[in-house]
Amino acid sequence: MSFASASRRKSFGSALTVAAVFVFACLPFLLGHLAGSSAPYWLDVLNTVGLYAILALSLNIILGHAGLFHMGHAAFFAVGAYVSAILNLTFDWPIMATIPAAALAAGLLAGLVAWPVVHLSGDYLLIVTIGIVEIVRIALTNDIFGLTGGPNGLVGISRPEIMGFRLTRPQHFFYLIWGLVAVSVLLFDWLERSRFGRALKYIREDVVAAESMGVNTNKYKILAFVIGAAWAGLAGTVYASRMRTISPESFNFTESVFLFIIVILGGRGNQKGVLLGSFLVMGLPEIFRGFENKRLLVFGAALVIMMIFRPGGLLPARSPGYKLPEPYRSRYKRLPDLSSGGVFNGAGSRANGPNASASEGFASGQAAAPSSGSGESSDSSKVISVDVGQDLVK
Amino acid sequence: MPDFEFFLQQLSNGLTRGSIYALIALGYTMVYGVMKLINFAHGELFALGAYLGYTLLVVFGLGGSLGPPLAIGLSIIMVVGLVSLAGYLLERVAYRPLRSSDRLAAVVSALGASIFLQNAIMLQWGAQYRAFGADLLPNVVFHIGGFNLPLVRVLVFVAAVAVMAALHVFVHRTRLGLAIRAAAIDQGAAKLMGVDVQKVIILVFIIGPALGGLAGLLVGVYYGQINFNMGQLYGLKAFTAAIVGGIGNITGAMVGGLLLGLLEALGEGYISVIWKDAITFLVLILILVFRPTGLLKERVAEKL
Repeated sequence: MSFASASRRKSFGSALTVAAVFVFACLPFLLGHLAGSSAPYWLDVLNTVGLYAILALSLNIILGHAGLFHMGHAAFFAVGAYVSAILNLTFDWPIMATIPAAALAAGLLAGLVAWPVVHLSGDYLLIVTIGIVEIVRIALTNDIFGLTGGPNGLVGISRPEIMGFRLTRPQHFFYLIWGLVAVSVLLFDWLERSRFGRALKYIREDVVAAESMGVNTNKYKILAFVIGAAWAGLAGTVYASRMRTISPESFNFTESVFLFIIVILGGRGNQKGVLLGSFLVMGLPEIFRGFENKRLLVFGAALVIMMIFRPGGLLPARSPGYKLPEPYRSRYKRLPDLSSGGVFNGAGSRANGPNASASEGFASGQAAAPSSGSGESSDSSKVISVDVGQDLVK
Repeated sequence: MPDFEFFLQQLSNGLTRGSIYALIALGYTMVYGVMKLINFAHGELFALGAYLGYTLLVVFGLGGSLGPPLAIGLSIIMVVGLVSLAGYLLERVAYRPLRSSDRLAAVVSALGASIFLQNAIMLQWGAQYRAFGADLLPNVVFHIGGFNLPLVRVLVFVAAVAVMAALHVFVHRTRLGLAIRAAAIDQGAAKLMGVDVQKVIILVFIIGPALGGLAGLLVGVYYGQINFNMGQLYGLKAFTAAIVGGIGNITGAMVGGLLLGLLEALGEGYISVIWKDAITFLVLILILVFRPTGLLKERVAEKL
């Protein structure tokens, strides 16, 4: 029963996207002309933004789509970076060949730690994930297995080589990192539309309803963790080869907090929002370098203000209600009246929960981008909830 | 029996440390109980308390001019007052506008407030460690057999426990305390019973930071030095303590704090100093795996 119509992109929109991607791809050259000697610096900033974008996109699967409060993403990032570095330094693997191992290790760790705790609700999960990131950091600092180099970390990781071409300069990494950002966007976009993505959304909106409809919630939650973590592990490899030296302090609690902030500030569940969040959180402070250490002060205050005025993030995700294809829409429109009937009281009152939040998210979405026909979507989500309720009663 | 003396040493150390964790944890648990919000800025309010104490005792030199007992008493009153004012402002500015919106938005607002406060403290007092004077309290050490018990350790523990006992009485014996407990169980029902929930929230945001500020001052006096980002680690641990005890449960926070302090001191004494924080978090995770709502909180059916 897939109501998810493949969203028909307007040709203007996609042309705009293509143009934006093209301009972005030319940035290293443009920057070379515009910024002159400081071009490498700005490219480095962009690379950092890109790296965090990859991480935030992978966190978005867990936090944005599945709605699991996860504030320990730096742990998986760290595992990826360290596995790559160790394989590269100790076992002489080429750094790019360590990507599968890094992703696998991070994913495995995620599965292992998520499995016993994934049933915890909201804030309990949050504190457990914070605990995990602290444990990983302490383990790395204490030179676990004699492989991680202790507090100083590992030094001398080799540069990545792609088909004989060694990436050394910021512009090389620019294409590697932003290429990966593009891959992430496409991959996670595909995941979002898949059965898996729909299951995650269902879990986020109402875990009890999802379970009663036969969604194996724990399985999907763990899978979300594994996929998000594996992708963060991959980002770890890129990070290790870009910095050439890694130390435990690069993966502390604060990093996790910043990733968390990127996703929520940008708009959880919305990839465009997450990308915007990466620019704002990691890029914008660089522009205000002149303010020195007052930057973070302003950043903290700005976060509070942003959340007060845009609690759903800058670009909130679309309403979770699926838009029905036109012929169905008029047919199902009559149904909502039934929800006030005595038979549906039980199911109806439960359906109110997700609906309330859905219409809330929707209201702010409308303020951002009034689009034609979007007025229907909250209506139709109600219809579907009732529909579900009906199935339950039968 | 040197082993036994070592054990006592760690035990007393753990109890004192735990009483400080418990004081901070109370702020987390009371706010969480009423608002279902992790007040991430609470650790920073604790640090603010430590720095205000530093300013009063060391910069203004109250310790030298008034004599230790009066100086510390006066600075406790001032620190508690100022930090609870900060707590009230925090609630007013960063949390009240978000009362009706999404939980995650409130979490990020709390993180923003925490980043703001931490950097404000750093800008005001500098990034380096600040030392409390060693001569603040008479350097008395009790010798019981081979077991050394510094006076300051006893005083900090007694102060923390006394405050917690007072809070316990307040919460369980007064009408306002009843209102707090009612709002923590069910805000809506409490409102229907005539409880002014808004007032309760303000109250909680005054009591919590007051206890946190006091804890900050005690840490300064006990350890002798403070740092601008001390709020993060202490906050994290105190929050862990609150969770271990069952968040929202006031007695639970006290028990959780003491337990955490003991665990840490014994872990550091008998297992490994460098792994002590990892042990703490591991135990937290294990407790949550087996008792998902903490030690003291009753298991409740998930509300639909």
